[in-house]
Amino acid sequence: MIDEPVLHDTDTLEVNLGPQHPSTHGVFRMNVKLEGETIVSLKPIMGYLHRNHEQIAENMSYLGSMPYTDRLDYFNSMSNNFGYALAVEKLANIEVPERAQYIRVIMAELTRLVNHVSVIGFLLNDLGAFFTPILYAFREREKILDIFEEIAGSRMMCNYLRFGGLKLDLPPSVLDRIKKIVQGFPKFLDEFEGLLTKNEILCMRCQNVGILPYDLAVSASITGPMARASGVNYDIRKIDGYSIYNRLKFRVPLGKVGDVYDRYMIRILEMRQSVWILEQVLKEIPEGPIINPKMAAFAKAPRNFKPPKGEAYGRVEAPKGELGFYLVSDGTPQPWRYHVRAPSFINLTVLEDLCIGHKVADAIIILGSIDIVLGEVDH
Amino acid sequence: MFGVLRGMGITFKNFVASYFLPRKPNSLETGGMVTLQYPEERLPEKERFRNFPFLIYDTKPDDLRCVACDICAKECPPKCIYIVRDNDEQGRPLKKPKVFDIDFTVCMNCGICEEACPFDAIFMDHEFEVGGPERQQSLVYHMDQLLKPATHFAKIRPTDHVAIEEKRRKEAEKKRAAAQAQPKPPEAKPPQA
Repeated sequence: MIDEPVLHDTDTLEVNLGPQHPSTHGVFRMNVKLEGETIVSLKPIMGYLHRNHEQIAENMSYLGSMPYTDRLDYFNSMSNNFGYALAVEKLANIEVPERAQYIRVIMAELTRLVNHVSVIGFLLNDLGAFFTPILYAFREREKILDIFEEIAGSRMMCNYLRFGGLKLDLPPSVLDRIKKIVQGFPKFLDEFEGLLTKNEILCMRCQNVGILPYDLAVSASITGPMARASGVNYDIRKIDGYSIYNRLKFRVPLGKVGDVYDRYMIRILEMRQSVWILEQVLKEIPEGPIINPKMAAFAKAPRNFKPPKGEAYGRVEAPKGELGFYLVSDGTPQPWRYHVRAPSFINLTVLEDLCIGHKVADAIIILGSIDIVLGEVDH
Repeated sequence: MFGVLRGMGITFKNFVASYFLPRKPNSLETGGMVTLQYPEERLPEKERFRNFPFLIYDTKPDDLRCVACDICAKECPPKCIYIVRDNDEQGRPLKKPKVFDIDFTVCMNCGICEEACPFDAIFMDHEFEVGGPERQQSLVYHMDQLLKPATHFAKIRPTDHVAIEEKRRKEAEKKRAAAQAQPKPPEAKPPQA
């Protein structure tokens, strides 16, 4: 269990972890006060990567923000596109053809696999297993990114979804390759788990470290795998049933303790569920158009797309949590208000509560288990 | 103890396998070793891969397809395209650009210029080894650097090339048919000297 901080008659030591620090996953600073090696206070300082995302989007056509959403959470550009497209479709009341819905779900789930394998790899990096597990993860990730490149033209900055559908149809034979990856993924997960799950050092370092209690998770509006590791049954794919998720069978894994180990385990289990979803979707994918013809007309002139006056909030279960886009339209080609609910920014707010009483080395893995991407935190 | 040993066993298996499993050159498909010896060894380029835009011309660089309509510059999200329309001696606008600059330090490779172009004049290139000795001037590409022949496009994107040639041929036919159906418009007055 957690050692109670022993207070001696000495001053506390103030340490800045970051903004340039290998453990902080980007330009993020933790202002830590130490009593010996025990953390007594931690102040997260963010904003080093602030890029004025919302204001830029308010001065741009609706489609113009689509490539900018790629750069929010640059590990999961497809999910970000998905959330933004859902928000605009809600705002302008656009139907999406069936085939496009299926391809969107395939992309979103592949993105989840990419994100979860790499975040586990990075977590192990933080633990000191320097670059062995992450290279296993990157080997799988590379196969999926190759698929993204073939479909959308770019490995990470996909910019693939359009309002009312998709930019391009799948190239021939790519579905077979996705099927092959999905078939091989459980085998990789078994190998990855063999490497990590029962490893005594990993268990010792992760179990009962950084416990997030159920009540705190709910009151701090934590979402995603982090909330589910604390036992909060909150998965937007189940609650909203957006796109075709209400027709798909999958289960939501829940943790009991809410420590770093649970957050690791939840991600492994979620990947297994994603593989299940992908198998179902790949079996049923229909033929047909990939974009609503009404919206295809705007491809040549994105500036003429003017949603009616109103507001909309579109959200998806991104790999990091609830990713929401809030849009207010005043009938012009540019949104009057554009707001992003970034999951890793909100999940980061409980960092101090998780870290107090632990050692400095634990703070690093707690931060790693929260799974932040600074592009999204500082948007 | 068992967990650690099992993990080490997996690492050892992969370590040995990486030396003995063969890998096809220029491919990541099979084998244990997944590191590619770039630049000697390269992955085949994907057709849809996009990096920086280029301007296309059909036969010689003078008759480029771009008509300086400024649509791509308006739609470009980071506003990295700068176009000035060319004029003839009398100062009347011509349907071609005098200046066409793209700032590659600003361009974010989104491909919206290609989507928005109504004349199929700008496309995303596969060229990714772009560099310069300093940070500003050498990465602002001017028209002479951006112009590339249609054969280059046919080489990097064969499927798209066929579709676009087909579309352009149909459009040209339609235009010719329309011109034949209508009586010839009165000839434009010769410019006043």
